[in-house]
Amino acid sequence: MEEIPFLFDPVNWDLATSRNLPSLMLDHLFYTFLTLAIGALIAVPVGLYIGHTGRFSFIAINAGNAGRSLPTLGLIILLVTLIGFSLVPVIIALVILAIPPILTSTYAGLRAINPASVDAAKGMGMKPLQILFGVEIPMALPLILSGLRSATLQVVSTATVASYVGLSGLGRLLVDGIALNQYDRVLAGAILVALLAIVLDLSAAGLQRLLVSPGVSGRALTRTSPKSTTPITADTTTASAG
Amino acid sequence: MIDYISSNTTVIWRAFSEHVLLALIPVALAIIFSLPLGYLAVRYSKLYYPLVNLSSILYAIPSLALFLLIPAIIGTSVISPLNIIIALTIYSVALMVRVVADGLNSVDPSVTQAATAMGYRRVRRLFGVELPIALPVMLAGLRVATVANVSIVSVGALLGVGGLGALFVRGQQLDYAEPVIVGIVLSVMLAAFCDIVIVLVQRRLTPWTRVGGRA
Repeated sequence: MEEIPFLFDPVNWDLATSRNLPSLMLDHLFYTFLTLAIGALIAVPVGLYIGHTGRFSFIAINAGNAGRSLPTLGLIILLVTLIGFSLVPVIIALVILAIPPILTSTYAGLRAINPASVDAAKGMGMKPLQILFGVEIPMALPLILSGLRSATLQVVSTATVASYVGLSGLGRLLVDGIALNQYDRVLAGAILVALLAIVLDLSAAGLQRLLVSPGVSGRALTRTSPKSTTPITADTTTASAG
Repeated sequence: MIDYISSNTTVIWRAFSEHVLLALIPVALAIIFSLPLGYLAVRYSKLYYPLVNLSSILYAIPSLALFLLIPAIIGTSVISPLNIIIALTIYSVALMVRVVADGLNSVDPSVTQAATAMGYRRVRRLFGVELPIALPVMLAGLRVATVANVSIVSVGALLGVGGLGALFVRGQQLDYAEPVIVGIVLSVMLAAFCDIVIVLVQRRLTPWTRVGGRA
């Protein structure tokens, strides 16, 4: 009888077994969303402040590049050797890696706004906070969201690596599979985590379409002037690697 | 810290030079592959969205997963450095194809028309006019790809090939922060060094972007 590959073995999908695939995936999603929530709570307001006032802009400009150059595995292992393994140091490491793409793109989003729009809002009598929430944030939204999208990929990828220091999630399959020399377990983990990342990325792209005002993305204008606007898309400076 | 460095210079040096090779060979390969692909995406605009979408899907795959999927696809051993090199080449090409295409698309049509009117044929116009004008955009992409590569390489240490990542793994096993700190510092310095080199190359190759303020 041929052996059933790990990925399709029903035992591994049984919710009663320990470390079944659905629960590993849920763990992975939990770490990802927890990190993104904390990261966005820090990076979006700071990015808005820097972009709105223009103060400390060197931080926002350089954060992206600095964050990209930090080796993720090294950062996680450093925090774990210094603090000891628990969820907290790992989440701290993940948040540190999630902040730069969000911060840089939020800042870039605000800076890319045509000053005439802000002046027009002022001329219409809008107060600073009204301008921020009614004009600047909606217009910067495409870039803010693409920063969140890069951060999502970064976090999904790094959470996988974090299984090496003991974190749960789909990375367990990869790390344990290597340690046990069970390549089908490794393969199951690699396929699932790749699918998870792709599905999250596509949903983020969908969310981007859904949330960005048609007036900003240019979709509302296509009927009248097909060539006049190009939708704002992620520039390369916000791209972050897995 | 100094004790650790002085008693482990050979280990550190070997990890570092391995790191340089693993990170930069993919960059060189990516330049070779992404230029023609990016050009095709511009020349045959129907190819643009399929290429860009495929790129962003490949780019989304987490590094550890891609490192480990490659042996299943091409039959290398799990601990082969080729897995890392191929995976990083895929990431870099995925990023660069789009940048090359967008760079070439950003060339003002009136400039290409002027070149055509001056008698430039397609190939000479590409190398003499369009590529130089697109260079700043393309080199910006190259910087991102290079810096990202330098930091991702270390993940390969979980498979047994990872340059400076070997120092991280050693630190984890011995519960000892020194090698980890040395690895992080060297990795960040290498990334910064590569970044600066590309910036200098760009200044050298595109002097006109600094004259008169506007490109």
